[in-house]
Amino acid sequence: MKKESFAQSIESAIAQAMADDDRIILMGEDIQMMRVNLFSRFGEERILNTPISECAFVGAAVSAAMSGLRPVVEIMLMDFIGSAMDAILNHAAKVEKFSGGDWHVPLVIRTACGGGYGDGGQHEQSLWGWMAHIPGLSVVVPSTPADAGALMLAAIEHDAPVVFCEHKLLSDYWLDYMGGSWRKSVKFDVPAEGAHGPVPKKWKALPLGKAAVRRDGKDITIISVAVGVHRSLEAANILEKKGIDAAVLDLRSISPLDKDAVCESVSRTGRLLAVDEDYKCFGLSGELAAVVKEEGLSFRYARVCTEDTIPYDRMREDQTLPSAEKIVHSALRMME
Amino acid sequence: MPDLDAIYRLMLRSRLFEEAVIGLWNKGKISGEMHLAIGEEAISAGVVGQIQEGDALALDHRGTPPMIMRGVDPTLILLELLGHPDGLCGGMGGHMHMFSRPHLAASSGIVGASAPAAVGFALSARYLRPGRMAVAFFGEGAMNQGMVMESFNLAASWNLPVLFVCKDNEWAITTPSSSVTSGNLIERAQSFGMDASEIDGSDVTAVWDAAKAAIERARNGFGPSYLHMHCWRPEGHFLGDPLLRIARHPLKETKELTGPLLKSVTKKKGTSITQRAKSLRKVSSILAKTIKSRSMKEKDPLVSLRRKLDSDKESIKKIEREVKEEIQSIVNEALKKDAERAGRNTW
Repeated sequence: MKKESFAQSIESAIAQAMADDDRIILMGEDIQMMRVNLFSRFGEERILNTPISECAFVGAAVSAAMSGLRPVVEIMLMDFIGSAMDAILNHAAKVEKFSGGDWHVPLVIRTACGGGYGDGGQHEQSLWGWMAHIPGLSVVVPSTPADAGALMLAAIEHDAPVVFCEHKLLSDYWLDYMGGSWRKSVKFDVPAEGAHGPVPKKWKALPLGKAAVRRDGKDITIISVAVGVHRSLEAANILEKKGIDAAVLDLRSISPLDKDAVCESVSRTGRLLAVDEDYKCFGLSGELAAVVKEEGLSFRYARVCTEDTIPYDRMREDQTLPSAEKIVHSALRMME
Repeated sequence: MPDLDAIYRLMLRSRLFEEAVIGLWNKGKISGEMHLAIGEEAISAGVVGQIQEGDALALDHRGTPPMIMRGVDPTLILLELLGHPDGLCGGMGGHMHMFSRPHLAASSGIVGASAPAAVGFALSARYLRPGRMAVAFFGEGAMNQGMVMESFNLAASWNLPVLFVCKDNEWAITTPSSSVTSGNLIERAQSFGMDASEIDGSDVTAVWDAAKAAIERARNGFGPSYLHMHCWRPEGHFLGDPLLRIARHPLKETKELTGPLLKSVTKKKGTSITQRAKSLRKVSSILAKTIKSRSMKEKDPLVSLRRKLDSDKESIKKIEREVKEEIQSIVNEALKKDAERAGRNTW
């Protein structure tokens, strides 16, 4: 089987989609150089460099999507989404409902998220829970190259807005760009299977809202996305040595949320441990508890999340982000 | 007229400090991105040198020189960059998010955010510190952020004591600004009813004079001004700028670029051959512009100021020796503290 990096797989899925559908355009800051391969093949009419004007170009992408194009718009870092939030919250997410279903917004917002390379709390946030809170938006957070390409294709084919979150520890060029990982003097805890892995020759879209069981287990269900999935798998291996059989569920999409998969696993293990690099309060981790509770299941619950502004200092940053160590610690307490 | 020897010392401290930062960043002692302001020293010195107690500074992601020139302890800044708990912000902020409350200096890594911040600082100055004002520093790339334009209007319509300083190095991140910017930026600022002028930002006396007039206007209740300063930044957007890497190490970096590029440009479905050729021409012109515009040479503000100094060679060399020793001792002290930190290692 062919192998690709996480970043390559997103790019090859976009290239495949663009070759098949002329309506797909890309726009964003620095995009002609950032996506130089696509630029050289599809030209400046479809790969548009934007000024640093997120509010304008995301807003324009919404109405371009309403009127026939299928834009993939890049917001470099998810932290910068604040500047474009009105277009997303009040327009992209609302138009279909407001128009009685007459208008569609086939828009992909692609954005790099996540920490673990010492860039500070204004460049490392994972705001997927904030996005998923808004009805009308789908939110995709892949953890492997195969999922990244297939979910990007799904996002492009979807007839409604999708926020596609690309974790920087998984995307080699982002880590190179933001973390200066080409310096031999720095090291990052990159999950190897997330950054590089087998991909199909031709991309086929995955359905949105389908979780993947990364590891089967009967004692506890650990649920996560992106880098958190790999940290959870690492934790599950440690737990196994301690005689605990942990299941790891990769949500892949936060919205739509695969409630069936979540409830099915928790109904078997009776324990739910949510691992979320996004903020702890009022987000994905609490939502997971709520959906299982609403099903009337009885279960033990804990969460390992980012609880506060991410420190710049690498040492305290590592202590703030979810880690295998913290997951193991929480899981052991739940088994007591 | 400013004391040029003192200004030279201010600029040299900032330059040598940032050069030391390059070394520490390369060694992996400093994590993440590193946006330097080498090449912007005359702009910082010419403006910040006239700032008084009670004036506020709203800084962007290149805030180190204005912070140092404003009098923030460079050792605290360096410790912050090392992520040390004793750093300026306890190691929580890093170089993009530095704050000094006694100096009313606050920075942000969000492009354009310094403009509304300065407007708010000016608003509180008008009520709480009459005669005091606020400065915003940002790049020409930020001139396309809605919040900057909105801030111009707010400052002008409320007649607030703000000085907007636009540092134009012709690049919006790694895109040539002219390709994504319409009209003339000085006229754009003037259209808000602000006094606006264009200055060679490598000439500290020109910066000083323009800033002096603008700051006086602000202090005396005549509202905001806009200064458009041209500058040249040899280190690009940030250390390790991918365009610069290609420009500086063409053999190694170009190989990585051209392989996938050639594969992609020759793929079947896509745009016409003419359009594809146009894309390739654009890519190579951006690389050519990188090589050309990233070297300061004659436009190095320190070189040009040094030529203007009246003092004898010996006293200039004395300043240079003193600053060099000072920065070296700052680096030594910060590294010593860094080493003492338990469990801390290079990343």
